[in-house]
This record gives sequence, structure tokens and C-alpha cells, in this order.
Amino acid sequence: MKKNYWWTCVIPLYAFTLLFIAGPLIYMVAISFATNNPSGYGFHWALTAENFLKILDPVYLQCFVQSFQLALSTTVLTVLIGYPFGYFMGKLSRKGKKIMMFLIMVPFWTSSLIRLYGWLIILQAKGVFNGMLMGLGVISEPLKILYTYPAVLIGMVYALLPFMILAVYSSVDKMDWTLVEAARDLGASRTKAFLTITLKQTLPGLLSGVILTFVPSMGLFFIADLLGGNKIVLVGSLIQDQVTRGSNWPFAAALAVILTIMTTLMIFLYRKITGAKDLEGIF
Amino acid sequence: MCYNNSINHPDKGCVEAIYTPMAQSVVLELKDITKSFDNVQVLKDIDLTVHEGEFVTLLGPSGCGKTTTLRIIAGLEFPDGGQVLLEGANMENTPPEKRNVNMVFQNYALFPHMNVQQNIGYGLKIKKVPKDEIRTRVEAALKLVQMEGFEKRMPAQMSGGQRQRVAIARAIVGNPKVLLLDEPLGALDLQLRRQMQLELKHLQKELGITFIYITHDQEEAINMSDRIVVMRNGTIEQAGTPDEVYNRPRTSFVAKFVGSANVLTGTVTAIKGDTATLSHGAGTMGCTLYGRSAKVGDEISLAIRGENIAIGRECTGGDCLMGIMAEKSFAGGMLRIVVRLSDGTEVVITRQGINFDYDLGETVLISWAASAASAVDEEAAE
Repeated sequence: MKKNYWWTCVIPLYAFTLLFIAGPLIYMVAISFATNNPSGYGFHWALTAENFLKILDPVYLQCFVQSFQLALSTTVLTVLIGYPFGYFMGKLSRKGKKIMMFLIMVPFWTSSLIRLYGWLIILQAKGVFNGMLMGLGVISEPLKILYTYPAVLIGMVYALLPFMILAVYSSVDKMDWTLVEAARDLGASRTKAFLTITLKQTLPGLLSGVILTFVPSMGLFFIADLLGGNKIVLVGSLIQDQVTRGSNWPFAAALAVILTIMTTLMIFLYRKITGAKDLEGIF
Repeated sequence: MCYNNSINHPDKGCVEAIYTPMAQSVVLELKDITKSFDNVQVLKDIDLTVHEGEFVTLLGPSGCGKTTTLRIIAGLEFPDGGQVLLEGANMENTPPEKRNVNMVFQNYALFPHMNVQQNIGYGLKIKKVPKDEIRTRVEAALKLVQMEGFEKRMPAQMSGGQRQRVAIARAIVGNPKVLLLDEPLGALDLQLRRQMQLELKHLQKELGITFIYITHDQEEAINMSDRIVVMRNGTIEQAGTPDEVYNRPRTSFVAKFVGSANVLTGTVTAIKGDTATLSHGAGTMGCTLYGRSAKVGDEISLAIRGENIAIGRECTGGDCLMGIMAEKSFAGGMLRIVVRLSDGTEVVITRQGINFDYDLGETVLISWAASAASAVDEEAAE
């Protein structure tokens, strides 16, 4: 009998996962129980819950609440804009789809940081946006948008919208439109057919789009930093702060662990509620 | 008073009552329907009248416009010109959901996220039929298509034939005036297709619903239809009973597509009543004109099916064509013989069984009764 060595092909996959995903995660969890070296850089291995207890401080809890709120509003806005966008993109001609796809991809050729500076220029007091509104006579005084919550929201939605659009588009593109015709033929109005057939058929795309926007928006911090002017402190910024300026690695690790647990829990809950089994591209 | 078989006509007095579907009420009328996609005309002046309870088949090769015609009736496509009248009402601004027609789609189009019961009950639920009634009607529809007990199955858990039956049940549960079927058996294997042909025909008789059926399979059309509408390049070539279309094709296209007939062209040398004699490079031949006007010297075409052609070494009947045995092959219990006439035209002759005592290369004479051949219009250049 010839031996089957198929499993050897999978070794690199497992090795990679262990080395670059499981390893760092375990390391992070381990650090979260360590004690900080107060005199400077580094930490001492220990087994203490002190870092986690510290999070219960209202200042830090506020960070989590704010992050969650921002992630939620970002996700809702991306759904509201991204679903119709992806839907109509899926209904374009073959050529139209190609052009759209290209236009969506173009921004990715530039660093996201540089694109954010673009928003800075657009939103600032003497920026393009205010200039335009004042030129049109809509307002007489420049609006204060930059360094406010709306500015952060605009930046977040801008950064995450492509993921929602592409997730929705991929399921709309696969949609069998004769199903809608069948529904119409059986007496459903346009709206009814959309709600009972199209929406159900494109739900996997929408649901994975929600995860693809919600999860990163819990951690994205540089947008809030740049456009929010340090007024909105998210968990992500806090972690970054603790690692670099505060150089309190164990506390940063504890924050990261909690964030990871929270996000995982959210996904779990979300799947339970929506009953989503088949999410486009993920899981 | 009129006799048993006669009716009292207001103008003509007693006339013989012939059973034709025309005697029944008109359920659907298409008037001068035209339709183009991207500047390509797919339907040109389609006129069609369908009567209550009729089984009408639209037959034609792919791209002839039959599916577009069906979609226009369903309201899934709107014509550029012309009218669709359903039970006398103009459907010009009526969306598909407001038309009393239902369609069985080629790929069945069952909703993948609903089970059989929900699929069939979909239309009833939208019309706000009470739940209990939906359940009983779904059950009855499933019984009609012999799928009792499949209520909870999902479409993905069924075979093609089963999905087909569910699709039919879904389309008939709302009691449509007209059922549109777009090549519903196309995806099934031959044996299942034969069985479903019979079942569909029975179902149609049982329900009394008008069926408009699309196929590109001439046998299917002949087996099932009350009337066949042969379409080509967006026009109706001929509409008539299977017998008419098969035995009296109006055009050479219909003769070839429906009856797989040979089409030969010759010059008229004599006309006697409805029968014409034609001279052909390889001899003479006869055909029936079926009321066509022709005079001596005209060049006309005739259609003759392979099974009606006799082969001999001598000309016994009068009109014969001379040719050479060119090919012989056996398939499906039929012997297929090709005779090449002296002018190069090939004539296909078919025979039951395998016995045939002519050799390849031998000179033979072929002939047929003038009543078996019909004069046809030569097809217009594409």
C-alpha cells in the first residue's frame, strides 16, 4: 500500500498560523498578566489581575463605550450608504462594473494616512468644504467640522465603505435575478420582491460587510487621532498610547485582550441574532 | 331547426358545426408586437390569438424570439410596439404582479431560502390568503404534481425533476388564466422528459388552464400541443395544428425544422386542380399546392419527408427523379439513405428496419405521390 502524505501539504499552513497568529496572541495574553517596570521600558513576568482591574476605572471604561458607539454608528452609516451602492453596482453592465471596481480600488494605491490628510484639508475651517459652502452663500461663517465627532465619523465611514460595498456587491453580483422575476410573476410588487427575495439572497454579503466594518472600526485609532484632535479617545488610541508614550505594556496588553474578547463576543452575538450561517468570504 | 351536427347561423342558416378551438372564448391576444434589444429587432409584428383551455406551443430554434414573446405576455418585458390583451384587457401599463398569468421558468427559479411549502404558498401569502387556506391549497397543488409530503424540503435537497414539479405547483396554485412554460423540460433527461410530457398534458386537461409552452424540440411540440406556432427570426412562420404544421408546412423552414423534410425546387410544367407537376434537373415531380396560386413556368419549392419517398430501379409511377445512392446509415431503428440527384442536390430518405437491397453508387429512381408533397414558400434570405 502506498502511504498517503497529503497532510504534509497542510504543514506550512499550520506552521504559519501557529507562528504568526496563535503565537503573538498567546504572548499578548501572557503579557497582560505581567507587571509593569515603573522605572522605564519593559515588564516583569507575573500573574496579576491588576491590569484588568485598572480597566474598570471610569476613564478607561469611557474609552470602551466611546469606541463601541463610534463603531456602531460607523457600521450603520456604512450599511446605509454601502448597501445601495453595492446593489446598484451589481446591476451595472459588465463594463460599468469594471469601471466602478477600478474607481473603488484607486484610493487603495495611496497610503490611508495620506488620504486622511486629504480630509484634513477638505474639512478644516478654511478648507475646501467650508469654502464651497461659503461661496454658495449657504453659510457666512466657516463651520467647525474638523476635530469634532462628525469629522471622525466621516473619516471612519470613508475608510471602511469600500469593504461594505465590495461585500454587498459580491453577493448582488451572484444574485439570480430570475428569482425576482418569479416573485413579481407570483404577485409581489417591486418592494415586496426586494424585501422577500433580494434582501434575503444578498444578506450574506451585507452581514459580512457589517463584520468587516464593525471589527476594524473598534480598533482604528489614527482616524480619531487625526480628525478628532485627541478629543475622542478610543481603545485603539489608548493602547497605542500605553505602548509608546506610557510604555506600560502589560496594561496595553490587557486592554487589547479585552478588546479582542469584546469583538469576538459581538460577532458571536451578531451571528446568533441574525442566524447567519454563511457569511460571504469570512468564516 | 338544424340537425344534430349543425348550428343555426344568423346569416347563413344551418351550417355544419366543426369543433375548433376558435369556437371558445379568446383569452389572450398579441397584436403587432415588436421588440428590439440594443437595436437588434427580436420580434417583428407578432400576431397571435390564444383561446381558453388551449395548449399552444411556441416552437423554434434558439434566438427566434419565443422566450421574449413569453416574457412580454408575463409582463417581465414590455413591447416597443403592439398590444397584449389578456381577457380583453390591454396590459400596456400592467406590471407582472397584476397579470393573471404565471410562469414556469426554465431554471425553475425556486426561492432557495424557502422550503417547498413557502415557495408554493408565496403568491398566496402576498395576496393575503388565510393561512389555513394556503396550507390546503399548497397540499392540493403538491398532490396534482405527485409531490405529497415534500412540504418541508428545501429546493437544494431535491432532484431536477422534483424541483420541476414544485415549480409547476407554484405556478398553478394561484389559478392563473394562462400558464407560461419556458422550456420546462429542457434540463431533464430524455426518459423523465417523456414522462413529464404526458403528465403536463394530463395536468392541462385536468385544470383546463390555457398553456403557452416553449420548446425547440419538434417531437415535444407535436406530442403535446393543440396548436403549434413555429417561430423564426422574430416572426411567426406558421401557426396550426400539429397535423397541419407537420403535413402541410407553409414554408421550407417549417418543413425542415418540424418535419425534417427535403425541400426541392422545380419549374411548374402542368397544373391539374390543386396538384402541380414540376420539372427538375433530375426528372419530374409532383406536389399539392394547397390553394397556392401558381402558373406554368413558375419556379416553386416543395417539401417531401423522407419516409414518403419510394426508391426503385424503374420509374413506375410517372414522376421520378434520378440519382445515385450516396450514403446509408442505421440509427434508432431507422435506415437513413442519401440519394444524390444528378444536379448535386441530396435527398434524405428514411426506412423502418435494416433491410435494403441497393448498393452504394447504384443509380436509382425516386418518386412520391403528389399528395405527400406540399408546395412551400422558399425561406427569405437571412
